[in-house]
Amino acid sequence: MKNERPWAIKVDDLTKRYRLGGAGSTNLRQTISQGVKRLPELLRGEQRPRPEDFWALKGVSFDIKRGEIVGVVGKNGAGKSTLLKILSQITEPTSGEVRFRGHVGSLLEVGTGFHPELSGRDNVFLNGAILGMSRQQIARKFDEIVAFAEVADFIDTPVKRYSSGMYTRLAFAVAAHLETDILLIDEVLAVGDIGFQQKCLARMGEMAHDGRTVLFVSHNITAVQSLCPRAILLQGGKVAADGRTHDVLNAYLRAGAEGPSGVRLWSPEDAPTGGSTKIHAIQAISFDADRRHHVDIHTPFQIAFDYEWTGGSQPLRFDIRVLNRSGVVVFFISSSKSTWAQTPGRHRISCMIPADLLNADEYRLHVTLLQGGEEVLDLPDAMTFEILDSDRDRDGWYGEWEGVLRPRFEWRAEAAPAVIA
Amino acid sequence: MADSAVVPNQEAPAPHLLRETVVRPTSGWRSLNLGELLLYRDLLMFLVWRDLKVRYQQTILGSAWAIIQPLATMVVFTVVFGKLAKLPSDGVPYPLFSFTALVIWTYFSQAVTGAVNSLIGNTQLIEKVYFPRLILPIAAVVRGLADLAISFAFLIAMLAFYGVWPSWKVVFVIPFTLLAIIATVGVGAGFAAINVRFRDVRQMMPLLVQLWMFATPVAYPASMAPEKWRLLLGLNPMTGVVEGYRWAMLNTGPFPFDLVALSTASALVMLIIGLFVFRRIESSFADII
Repeated sequence: MKNERPWAIKVDDLTKRYRLGGAGSTNLRQTISQGVKRLPELLRGEQRPRPEDFWALKGVSFDIKRGEIVGVVGKNGAGKSTLLKILSQITEPTSGEVRFRGHVGSLLEVGTGFHPELSGRDNVFLNGAILGMSRQQIARKFDEIVAFAEVADFIDTPVKRYSSGMYTRLAFAVAAHLETDILLIDEVLAVGDIGFQQKCLARMGEMAHDGRTVLFVSHNITAVQSLCPRAILLQGGKVAADGRTHDVLNAYLRAGAEGPSGVRLWSPEDAPTGGSTKIHAIQAISFDADRRHHVDIHTPFQIAFDYEWTGGSQPLRFDIRVLNRSGVVVFFISSSKSTWAQTPGRHRISCMIPADLLNADEYRLHVTLLQGGEEVLDLPDAMTFEILDSDRDRDGWYGEWEGVLRPRFEWRAEAAPAVIA
Repeated sequence: MADSAVVPNQEAPAPHLLRETVVRPTSGWRSLNLGELLLYRDLLMFLVWRDLKVRYQQTILGSAWAIIQPLATMVVFTVVFGKLAKLPSDGVPYPLFSFTALVIWTYFSQAVTGAVNSLIGNTQLIEKVYFPRLILPIAAVVRGLADLAISFAFLIAMLAFYGVWPSWKVVFVIPFTLLAIIATVGVGAGFAAINVRFRDVRQMMPLLVQLWMFATPVAYPASMAPEKWRLLLGLNPMTGVVEGYRWAMLNTGPFPFDLVALSTASALVMLIIGLFVFRRIESSFADII
């Protein structure tokens, strides 16, 4: 069935070379002097190998069929952004080619071209035009866009007065109404509150229903997992894995240093199950929106459990122990009754860990599930995560900081009492 | 999980009806692909409209600035060249003589400067979205027409003040303005592209524009030039434009056919060179900007 569908994107042996250092100079004098220096070599017809060349993509090939939603994952520098830039024709490949069937729209950053002085209404039209929509198309979709963004009351206010949430909602709304056959998306789901993110995900699902093809590049593993049936893993500019999302993501996470720590995913078949609960994922998610899986001692983070509840009246409780590398239980905490979602379906429960609590170390999570006070599941090695050190407040000293905890307590200075009785 | 989401809708167009696009490396000179430019004309209009709207929101005097600059230059020229140096002005009052030229010269100098800075001023757009990059310098050139219209209206008022009534020949300002646009797009787009690579261009522009003005008969009449230099003067496209403007608005002498012909030819050459230079460098904009 899948193979019968025609392709929409065909990427064939794509490479991209960036010239680092001297060759990228923007100074006329440098270029001329370099040219003069190389003149003897050029006259002799020698091609000097360039040590400063950097290959961002080294022979990437894949086909995407019409109506597929495909996630592209990989760590920073793996070539994700370069791939997307070539696909959206912002930059040219060094060799290889890409073929598209249909109109291509790309969302590399929401709100590109938004002007703070202009009203929401003006920016919708401007941004729509920048994304390649015609004036009639935008006019036709205008009310829908405003309703989706939930900013109807402020549509004639300059966007510089918008809250950042309103701003990103409006920007995404314009993009979400692009009528192209192929949509390339980069990280846009890292915006807005949870409710709006879910709306965006649903919208992307709808787009694929309409026979559109979506290529989604993201660090957000949860989003890729819930949205894309297929994923492509890039590593060092090459396709390292391509297939079912769950397999690819596990390859990504298994790649050790290649992947972020603090994530554990299970496929539906081998998800740990206890009582009416099935655990799909456990993650340590940073509140630093730019680096979702980067936790340092000064970043608050959450330990999030994605689980499926099949029903029942007995309340569910999560008990977690956090152990450091020496095996010391740093703390033990139980989820409160109020966080138990009683409706069947997929849920997420998170424990918020404040900044400046744990010292830099590698931690292991021991999870115990209780239903009606009875232990139904015990995962002694549920997940490991790392808390990185920070160079803040160290006064130039870079040794290992002693202690299990790394709190920041207040210091005070005052005159000592005159007499000590 | 989301497997159901990949079943295509029955209403989706058949694949053979979809336009096929191929992306592959280009090298050397590329075609201009003007058809694609037409597809993006809405974007062009929106960019022009954005810049105008933002400028009027951020300035107190707004459109008055379109008049202040050529007017101030005219006052200086009238004092220095008209009264002190007593330059001839083809039998027209010197203020009128110089302002007529300054109206179109100011358009040229500002549009060229705007076009040269248009790419580096829209770095975010270039790095994040695909569209024909030529839209950006062209938008700067089109935007300048708003100021030109305002200062032109002021010129009409000045003519009325001096009791000079333009004849039917006034319609010829349209082809002369077109000639100015051709030269502006050529020079502006070419330098804008080089400016992405070498920011030296931006530093050079004020000087270039100033020297160019004195190489153009703005403060003096072309009739002042010795006969053997006259044709050299005509190689500057703005010579034909400025002299053409004066002929159309002020009835100065016979139609300067030789100058206009030469200027038109050199404007077209500049346009072609500018556009091809732009297209040649265009593919690397996002990498080097």
